[in-house]
Amino acid sequence: MLRAVSPGPYVTVQDAGRPGWRRFGVSGCGAMDMPSLAAGNALVGNPSDTPALEFAHVGGSWEVLAESVRIAVTGGSFGMTVDGVAVHPWRSHRLQQGQVLHVKGASDTVWGYLAVAHGFDLAPQLGSCATHLRSGLGTGRIVEGDTLPLRSASAPIARERQLVPHACSTDPIRVVLGPQDGYFSRQEIAGFFASTYRMTHRSDRMGAWLDGPIVAHSGGFNVVSDGLVPGCIQIPGSGMPVVLLMDCQTIGGYPKLATIVSADLPRFVQYRPGSAVKFAAIDSDAAQLLYRGYRAALAAIPQSVREMPERTTLPFWLRPS
Amino acid sequence: MTMLRRPDLDGAASATSIVLATGYPRFAPVGDAALTVEFGNAVEPELNAQVIALDMALAAAELDGIVETVPSYRSLLICYEPSEISHHKLVAELHRLLGRGLQEHAERAMTWNVPVLYEPAYGIDLPEVAQRTHLTEEEVVSLHTSAEYFVYTIGYAPGMPYLGGVPPALHLSRRDTPRPRIEAGAIMIGGAQACIVPTTVPSAWYQLGVTPLRPFDVSRPDPFLFRPGDRIRFRRVARGEFEYLSRLSFEALLQYVRTEA
Repeated sequence: MLRAVSPGPYVTVQDAGRPGWRRFGVSGCGAMDMPSLAAGNALVGNPSDTPALEFAHVGGSWEVLAESVRIAVTGGSFGMTVDGVAVHPWRSHRLQQGQVLHVKGASDTVWGYLAVAHGFDLAPQLGSCATHLRSGLGTGRIVEGDTLPLRSASAPIARERQLVPHACSTDPIRVVLGPQDGYFSRQEIAGFFASTYRMTHRSDRMGAWLDGPIVAHSGGFNVVSDGLVPGCIQIPGSGMPVVLLMDCQTIGGYPKLATIVSADLPRFVQYRPGSAVKFAAIDSDAAQLLYRGYRAALAAIPQSVREMPERTTLPFWLRPS
Repeated sequence: MTMLRRPDLDGAASATSIVLATGYPRFAPVGDAALTVEFGNAVEPELNAQVIALDMALAAAELDGIVETVPSYRSLLICYEPSEISHHKLVAELHRLLGRGLQEHAERAMTWNVPVLYEPAYGIDLPEVAQRTHLTEEEVVSLHTSAEYFVYTIGYAPGMPYLGGVPPALHLSRRDTPRPRIEAGAIMIGGAQACIVPTTVPSAWYQLGVTPLRPFDVSRPDPFLFRPGDRIRFRRVARGEFEYLSRLSFEALLQYVRTEA
């Protein structure tokens, strides 16, 4: 078991999501930053989609109740300690019973992942352990005193592993226009792509509210509600763009100007409040090519994991030869 | 456009041909792994029948790479896996399916008789609705129970039916401030729409009453009660009957509320 001594304010269990139920009003959910979830799982030897703890900004303190457990923290350059001793994210660590892991904030990103070897012992609902707070699916928000059962009671001593975090570019976020770009004039669309927006604090797993120049509708803003996906850039009555994210509802009624491509969505969600965001349109063919590259890179994450050099406590001149 | 026949009384898989409106269907990408097929831009049973018909034709075609579909009022969202089927290939397949002519299927449409307790404790917005429509609360309730409602789509929350068919006298714009917590079982109206709340949700619609029926329960073998195309009638029950029905098992309650369409 892992006990939440003092968890961060927004910790949930997430996996690769709950596809296949949108037609029944069930949100897709799943990790905001899937490559980081996959990296955390790869470091502890799990399949990419194994459920892990996802946290926003701060991970908090976690006590190991099991005999031992192998963990990894990914998502950003999160400061972390084990019993007060600094350790590194993007590496696996074996923790023993009674040890306390503390995960602080990161200066570069928002969403972090705490993966455990073999995963948590949770029953999937509708094929997934992903938490959707609003509909009550999953374990709910993890609060102080919660204990999470582990599939594995102990972790064998082994070489720890590391990987180099994927580099994050600052290039514009690529989008495909539509499905309702017809609600905006060409000048308004050109203005949207020429503008710089800022991420606001009003962002969560459902959506990211941006701040910047208003995008005016040319013919009203009430469309008949229809299906949407994470990445859709909705322009509500205020004209201020809202990007729908993993926990977004299944259908919505504001015009969707464009949709962020899968490859750039993990980068977009990690922008911290106040960060500047620019968008660039690409055509559907280019987007599909990017998609294949993104899926290939995601599938290759386990191969990028390296074993750490043997840990030594003695300086080299004192080691037995 | 021809008038569409509604689902047959015997529920058999009979079919009528569907004629498409000019300028439609319209295909639009939704990012790199989804596309939407629009049949119009209105809330009309005819458009909705086209959506459901294409959804069924697509399911029957069993194309590789289709991840899931989301039928709504007047459009079908298709989520696909681009490494298995490209945008162009999918659009070509959809044209082929549409070219063969959509058939309106009537396989599973149900009519539900939903019991509702319209008491002030649950129908918290009855006084406001009565005041704003210049009707008595009694008249609001009898209008609400007089209509037959049509399930256009399921969404917003798990299993929540979006219903059309609200009598025009009850059409009201939404409340200015949404209520943060509307509990499961709430019977709501909002504009020309109505719904039965499946899980606790925030809502700016008006609550008229409560039903013991739950549109969604993850522990049921089929967690979702309603399907697009179903029909719903609301029936007023007294507190005693409401309490009796609330104590029934789901299976027993189902016998009570379900009639084959």
